[in-house]
Amino acid sequence: MSQFIMPSLGADMEDGTLVEQLVAAGDPVHRGDIIAAVETQKGAIEIEVFEDGFLDKWLVPLGTKVPVGTPLAEIRVSDVPDAPQPKDPPPDTPPRELPEPTQPDVPPVPPLEEPTPPPEQPPQAPSELAEVPIRQRVTPAARRRAAQTGFDLASLGTERVITLDDVPQSQSLPRGEPLSAMRQAISAAMTRSKREIPHYYLSDSIDLTAAEDFIAAYNADLPPEARLSIGVLYIRAVALAAQKYPEFNGHFENDQFLPAQAVHLGMAINLRSGGLVAPALHDATTGDLATLMDRLKDLVARVRQGRFRARELSDPTITLTSLGDRGVAGITGVIFPPQVAIVGIGTPAWRATVVDGAVRPCRIAEVTLAADHRVSDGHKGAQFLRHIIKRMQHPEQL
Amino acid sequence: MTDQDIRALVAQHLGRIAPEIPFDSIDPSEDLREECDIDSMDFLTLVTALGKDLSLPMPEADYDQMRTLDDLVDYLRRNAA
Repeated sequence: MSQFIMPSLGADMEDGTLVEQLVAAGDPVHRGDIIAAVETQKGAIEIEVFEDGFLDKWLVPLGTKVPVGTPLAEIRVSDVPDAPQPKDPPPDTPPRELPEPTQPDVPPVPPLEEPTPPPEQPPQAPSELAEVPIRQRVTPAARRRAAQTGFDLASLGTERVITLDDVPQSQSLPRGEPLSAMRQAISAAMTRSKREIPHYYLSDSIDLTAAEDFIAAYNADLPPEARLSIGVLYIRAVALAAQKYPEFNGHFENDQFLPAQAVHLGMAINLRSGGLVAPALHDATTGDLATLMDRLKDLVARVRQGRFRARELSDPTITLTSLGDRGVAGITGVIFPPQVAIVGIGTPAWRATVVDGAVRPCRIAEVTLAADHRVSDGHKGAQFLRHIIKRMQHPEQL
Repeated sequence: MTDQDIRALVAQHLGRIAPEIPFDSIDPSEDLREECDIDSMDFLTLVTALGKDLSLPMPEADYDQMRTLDDLVDYLRRNAA
């Protein structure tokens, strides 16, 4: 015989409430079976059994809060009568006197009127117990929602397993609103990225003095609709670097990297309603700068009106995130899977810079690369980043 | 054009760029881009639209004179025919 105890599910856990008995007394159990659910501050957590055998009897009634280490049930281990306990309760938890069911094959029936509280039991336990009918089976998700919304599970009876669908959603969720579709999408992509992609990061300063002078001179005599923004120079420089260093341009899928033929540059675009998207500027190495600017304006305008095309969202082969002229010094991006690199360009600022042995005021921004270590290494990443910096020194050649 | 006409025109274009910002809530003496949370691309869109409506070149070199809403209205009034 061994005892199934209230497990410690974290260093900060002192006690837990037995909220589900998923196996009836007398039923067989197998190593790995979920046989109980325990409610903690972190929510309802399913507990598995670590040996094969039969659940002899439950020792703690449903709804009872007990300290970590308290025996919850007795397990008759297969073919090993009276096997030793797998884990001793902590010394500060004295063994308790338990209600003695006389028939081992009958589920323990918690006395309804006058439960015998275990010594450690807090005073509210009997009332909690009274709300939980005998042998009511409730999934953890359903129990969590009921706890959040204050729904009375007892009203659902004991005939069948209570699932999430049985518990009505509250009109006013006390724990914040569910994520919007936009936040869910960002969450899914970024969580996958941080889970799957071994990022490495490089950064350097980029002198944008020549690029800004080029833009100012280019725009000087042009009407607003024909002007360039420095963003198109970033786009072209990154696209040309991605073309030259193909290990940063493509998709990593099914354990292999598929370099892309063309550079479809994902542009991270902030949305006023919250969130961001990074749709593709297709073939960003081709066409003159004026054409690229028109395509960029068209893309931004459509994105902000929520009218981009599905292909624009799936096609990017590398992403550029630029903080514009009113942002902060730098950004280190999170790669958008299945891409393998993201370039970040911070907001340019005046910096005293040594050029040809003399200190000069220069327009300096921080440029960063986050890249996928499965596909490339820092040495190649540095070459890629330096190529962007070099290209930006000759904007007239972009 | 009167000051009122110009303000109405600016309000119309800003309403398209930053629809969730009530025009009345913009502090006319504060930086317009900060007030409306518009980036350089949005600002270019605004300048393009105003330049077309008022037949003004709106050169980049003059952007400093369009910093606040009051500045912008004043600039447009002075330069509009």
